[in-house]
Amino acid sequence: MVRVGLVGLGKMGISHFSIVNSHPDAETHVCDASGLVLDVVGRYTSAPVWRDYDEMLEKADLQAVIIATPSQLHGPMARKALERGLHVFCEKPFCLDWREAEDLARLAEEKGLANQVGYHYRYVGAFQEMKRLVDAGAIGEVTHVLAEAYGPVVLKPKGATWRTDRAAGGGCLYDYAAHPVNLVNWCFGLPAQVTGTILNSIYSEATDDEVYSTYAYAGGLSVQVSVNWSDESYRKMSAKMTLTGTKGRIMADRQEIQVYLREAVPDLPGYREGWNVKYTTELSEPVRFYLRGEEYSAQLDDFVAAARGGPRKDLNDFASAAQTDRTISMMIDDSEREKTLAPETVRQAPARRRGWFGRAR
Amino acid sequence: MDRLLFGDNQFFGINHMSEEKARAQAMKFQDLSAIIETLDAAYDEGIRTFMCTTHDRVALICDHVRANPGRYEGFKFYPCMPYAHKYANAVTDYGMIGAVTHFMPDEGLLKTAIKGGMSLARKDVEGLATILVDMEMKMFRGLETPVVFLQNVVVDLLLGMGMKDSFRIFHDYVREKYDAEPGFITMNLPMLLDTLDELGIENPIVCANINKIGFRLSGGVEGYLETLKKRRVRAIAMSVFASGAIPAKEAIDWIAAQEGIESIVFGASSRKNIRDTKMLTDAAYAA
Repeated sequence: MVRVGLVGLGKMGISHFSIVNSHPDAETHVCDASGLVLDVVGRYTSAPVWRDYDEMLEKADLQAVIIATPSQLHGPMARKALERGLHVFCEKPFCLDWREAEDLARLAEEKGLANQVGYHYRYVGAFQEMKRLVDAGAIGEVTHVLAEAYGPVVLKPKGATWRTDRAAGGGCLYDYAAHPVNLVNWCFGLPAQVTGTILNSIYSEATDDEVYSTYAYAGGLSVQVSVNWSDESYRKMSAKMTLTGTKGRIMADRQEIQVYLREAVPDLPGYREGWNVKYTTELSEPVRFYLRGEEYSAQLDDFVAAARGGPRKDLNDFASAAQTDRTISMMIDDSEREKTLAPETVRQAPARRRGWFGRAR
Repeated sequence: MDRLLFGDNQFFGINHMSEEKARAQAMKFQDLSAIIETLDAAYDEGIRTFMCTTHDRVALICDHVRANPGRYEGFKFYPCMPYAHKYANAVTDYGMIGAVTHFMPDEGLLKTAIKGGMSLARKDVEGLATILVDMEMKMFRGLETPVVFLQNVVVDLLLGMGMKDSFRIFHDYVREKYDAEPGFITMNLPMLLDTLDELGIENPIVCANINKIGFRLSGGVEGYLETLKKRRVRAIAMSVFASGAIPAKEAIDWIAAQEGIESIVFGASSRKNIRDTKMLTDAAYAA
């Protein structure tokens, strides 16, 4: 049995709580600063509840923590847990400062502790298949990648929360773009150069709603990132990778993978010359407990298994997330550079409608 | 319950196989008239139950059915609530507390208390849950709703959290206020049935993925079949074709051979597919 402390009962936190609490080998404690949600959890579930993170760490006799607080709190909370010798699963993005992320990755490895970040797309069957095919050289040398994500998160000017503040780790770049960027890092590592980055607002006052960028890699691979979370034509978040290589092309999203091969690859039975399409029905492994997608349970079950002394999976470990933090930071630096070249091209958020007494609605 | 229930995923661009297909369906059913045409086809093929979310556009379908009672004699709705995206987006917008108060009708005492961050008594939480059910049921006023479902994202979230009492609250309220049978949609059938059993909810109506290849049957096919055999349960199978991965006849014949499955909910965009499914089902159960 592993005693896990979950901190942060927001959208992801509640979902993680449900998944880990249903795990037969885990016992969950819950911590949140807001009294109301915590009250309901305390009253209606069997999980012990804590208002204060430090107090929970001190008194709950935990072996592991799951951190799902606003992004700027991730680093300090993860460090405290690691220093106490606890295994850590943290939501993405990992740290707003990539140096801190690398530090924590080192610390976790030194102490031999399980460390994962919630980049759950690495647990999606179709993207795992994409990675397998790239590594097997199925499409030859990859020359170009288009990494996309679109969805309907911010469709009008809205009130301020941490999610609408870049400084607090909110915005399309940290929330949405981080996922396709993380998939690019998975396949190709850190880019050598980042150029042409546009982080524009469409509605948000203090952060970006659309993200475009170009990466260059040693050897000539180029990547284009195109992300917009203010696109109502998508029902929910849709991330998509298109990889073009000398011997074929791969298109992958959460549901399916479409592969064109110029020639069959001996190591890849089940793929033939020409078009190949595989769906999630074939690519997903069933999980013990399902909530919104196999990937969410699969990543947490790996974490619980590692915390119980099982093998540690490096699929979405701190080091890999630090790479994404660093790429994101390269994008922010680049966009600042671009802005100074032509400040008039930076879109300003429209003013929010004001209600009576000048209070923003 | 009827053997065949008509679902609504296809009307709202939901397809678990392909985003391209989902988009094509969203385009096809952009106009209400296309949805009504398909529902009419289902009705004319003998299907009498529409199992639907509480999507805003379902309110328009309800208006249409209310306005044409002669055309839809015996037509029933099985509402499935809440429409999760509505709430998920609200949580992103307003935070957890803000989202709850956002959907509450007026500035009642309870809403004021929640906004003020007051600690909630047990009766307040129950009151809140029933207010949310009422909000979702509004669009069905005057229509037949013999079964009212709690959606799987909510059921499974609560199930994992161990908020068992919430199932009892929903169950009792749907019976009392709407004189309807409560139903539960889940992706975790064995676990849910254990929990309902513990709560003393007998012979419950549940809807879950049930298909031959075990697609999204948490824990695997065997556990599902065993549960269906051993428990008294009125099960509705969804995703019986596993998004098209199983040929239609094979899929339905397999369902018909299992114990404990009372109905199948399916989606289709064309009259031909509706008719084929109806014929295959009739044949499988006649055999």
